[in-house]
Amino acid sequence: MTPEMKGFILLSVLKMLFVFTVILVGVALLTLMERKVSAWMQNRRGPNRVGWAGLLQPAADGVKNILKEETSPALANRWLFVLAPALAFIPALMLSAVIPFAAPLPVDFDVTLGPLGPFAYHGPLPMVVADLPIGFLFVLAISSMGVYGIALAGWSSNSKYALLGGLRATAQMISYEVAMGLSLIPVLLISGNVGFGAIIRDQQAGLWYVLPLFLSFFIFLISGFAETNRLPFDLPEAESELIAGYHTEYSAMKFSLFFIAEYANVVTVCAMVTTLFFGGWDIPGRWDEQGGLLQTIATGAFFFLKLMFWIFFVMWIRWTLPRFRYDQLMALGWKVLMPIALAYIMVICTAIYGIEHVAGITDPKLRSLALLGVNVVVAFLVFGLLDSGVFIKGSNRRQHSAKPLVKRATVTG
Amino acid sequence: MTQTVFYVFAAFAVVSAALCILQRNAVSAALWLVSTMFSLAAIYVLLDAQFIAAIQVLVYAGAVMVLFLFVIMLLNLGQASSDMRGASSVAATVVIVGLLAIELFALWRYTPRRLASEISQAPAFADPATVFAAGQLAQQDAAARGVVGGLAAPLFQIYLVPFEITSILLLAAIVGAVVLAKRNA
Repeated sequence: MTPEMKGFILLSVLKMLFVFTVILVGVALLTLMERKVSAWMQNRRGPNRVGWAGLLQPAADGVKNILKEETSPALANRWLFVLAPALAFIPALMLSAVIPFAAPLPVDFDVTLGPLGPFAYHGPLPMVVADLPIGFLFVLAISSMGVYGIALAGWSSNSKYALLGGLRATAQMISYEVAMGLSLIPVLLISGNVGFGAIIRDQQAGLWYVLPLFLSFFIFLISGFAETNRLPFDLPEAESELIAGYHTEYSAMKFSLFFIAEYANVVTVCAMVTTLFFGGWDIPGRWDEQGGLLQTIATGAFFFLKLMFWIFFVMWIRWTLPRFRYDQLMALGWKVLMPIALAYIMVICTAIYGIEHVAGITDPKLRSLALLGVNVVVAFLVFGLLDSGVFIKGSNRRQHSAKPLVKRATVTG
Repeated sequence: MTQTVFYVFAAFAVVSAALCILQRNAVSAALWLVSTMFSLAAIYVLLDAQFIAAIQVLVYAGAVMVLFLFVIMLLNLGQASSDMRGASSVAATVVIVGLLAIELFALWRYTPRRLASEISQAPAFADPATVFAAGQLAQQDAAARGVVGGLAAPLFQIYLVPFEITSILLLAAIVGAVVLAKRNA
């Protein structure tokens, strides 16, 4: 093995250790953050007994979950019952490997580490575990594997509630995957590449994609909520109907694994939103383009801030909105988001053709601004249509139009 | 290194495929099929076809097999007893296995070098790289234009008409499926 190859492997291992440690510790802290945020929104204090301000609560929960007795239903399919949490957990963790979290770090070293021999690495080191050429396609592919964990958990438990939860989750995730995939095609159209590195570079040159591709961002965010089974789309585990849905029969650490997977998926979706629509680690302005360690640290911190904002946003939505009804959920996915995403692809294609070939604008900044103009019009039309109640009828509207069947008894005394 | 990785995934694909047909439980069989498809995707990556690999996982392992699993779970198939009994089944099995064995034997004799010589009709054994240059061209193209760009250009320029014909075929299939579903409902 050449010293360069060994250097590459050494740095990759270090990056892996860093990313997975951050994700696993981060996920543990997110459970605390979720409880703190919900407490804040409901005027409570949240967990504050274990450690300073409740900071050790995740550790206490972890210890409790490991020490708890594991039960499994007598009629469960043993193998698949054990396999299902792992199948939910592994894809969720794999996804964190492809998200770039900081600007490339220029590295130049040539060292000899005892019996392992010489290690060398020269040139910029991309701050991502695996810099894949297929970029977000990998994320779509692996996140579609996460369905198996939930579907099998539902089926192998041999319980009605779990099975219903598993079926709901499968149907929901497949449906919203379609809208999610279609919402990313405009990104591909203007960046010309699926790799995250190229997408971030293109956003640095032009504008963050949230401005020229607002509707894509909107559809992606909604589909992201549905893909991670978070409220308002948490029908697979709707506690008022299905007890706990697909993980009804799970206990102890297996139960916990589903939650770790869910939070890891939330982190991935938020990281995707940040990378694809908010410039990834990009800091607006020009000061950060001289490279170096300082730039890597600053961009990493900025990426983390954006990521935390979106994670907070996900929690904010969860503790604000009520759950959808199942038919509304399916109608939203297939009858609203998918046609809008398809029409939006046509609009963006036409707009890009018009801007680049008819108007002859090639400067990325000007091109993004022109697309932003198109988007303002499109957004007004789409949100006007959605708000008019033609596609989704809120339960509120229905109640107003329906006549009461029984005359309300008058309360006297 | 690449060869070792290839053999690992190839062995995994073959073992999973065998387990897929040997499992009595329909859900386990479907899962082994998923693992076969996953190993195939890994082999595509080794061939520098990352896009095909991603699509393989996304479409086959991710969407098609999930629908399979969905149907199996809804139908609630138990441990189905084997219905491959009787002399006629055994005879059919023997014939199919024999044909497959002959095919594999014929393919086994074909090394890339021999195939290259037969295609180029060179008197001596030719170097596969000179005959199958397309692979390297594709690699350079992918490096220059990205994985998707390298695939999209021929698909939407040279092979536009076959591509559109395929889309119409698929559209017809979708319309047919919707019509059938509506009639039964």
